[in-house]
Amino acid sequence: MPTYKSYIIGFLLSLVLTLTAYFAVVISAPNSLLIILMLAVIQLVVQLVFFLHVGQEKGPAWNLAVLISTFSIVLIVIVGSLWIMANLNYNMSPQQMDDYIMKSENMFK
Amino acid sequence: MENSLKHHQQTTDKHILGFWVYLMTDLLMFAVLFATYAVLRNNTFGGPSARDLLSLPFVLAETLILLTSSFTCGLAIIAAHSKNKIQVMGWFSITFLLGASFLTMELTEFHRLIAEGHGPQASAFLSSFFTLVGTHGLHIAIGLLWILVSLIMVWKRGLTENLINKLTRLAYFWHFLDLVWIFIFTIVYLNAHV
Repeated sequence: MPTYKSYIIGFLLSLVLTLTAYFAVVISAPNSLLIILMLAVIQLVVQLVFFLHVGQEKGPAWNLAVLISTFSIVLIVIVGSLWIMANLNYNMSPQQMDDYIMKSENMFK
Repeated sequence: MENSLKHHQQTTDKHILGFWVYLMTDLLMFAVLFATYAVLRNNTFGGPSARDLLSLPFVLAETLILLTSSFTCGLAIIAAHSKNKIQVMGWFSITFLLGASFLTMELTEFHRLIAEGHGPQASAFLSSFFTLVGTHGLHIAIGLLWILVSLIMVWKRGLTENLINKLTRLAYFWHFLDLVWIFIFTIVYLNAHV
């Protein structure tokens, strides 16, 4: 349920997380990519809880259930795309691409 | 009488849940745009990269503005539950101004990039950048329109139960857009300078 407290805490936490990520990059901290990704995920949870009140509804937590289902699909889409495209990049050099295209379009020299 | 109240609450809950499910489909769309950007971010076709084109201080300002607007939107909803019409209109107006500032800054950035020849057609990186960030910006524009319409409705009709329900869905939409922006900020802008 919305209270001043939840929004103020959420806002201040998000502010700190945002500034931390920003300065981690500005000062070129080691492992900054991992740091900013983790900070982003933490801020996501902070805003889901303090701004969107996920999991706090009266009765069965349908909001939470739908959220988790979607996150699972999102994970598959993103990880799957990155994996497949990286694999294609690795396995197909430009000459191979030309050969593949010529073969599939039935173009012969 | 009690049955009618319970039925009313159930309808409200269904409306909120239905809107939440829509937001989840929107999330999936953004996820696809993120995946596309992640795959194509280094395909600059010999041209400038994200590091060359994107300014960190500028995006920090945008991010703080949008975050604050999400906060003021929350305050508007508290005011709505307290049936305080003036405060609702006040906080939503501030949310609108902050959101409009964000959008103006973003449009300025897009204009600068395009004017310098780095438009969405220049490379795969830029195509995916403009699509991802542009789609978010389009959502913000629609949200701003929705806030304007809501302000007029609150002014004309006052804070009925029905209207508070609608305002709650608007707030969900606006909070959602800030959530997506966290990841644009991180994966597009911060990542460029890592």
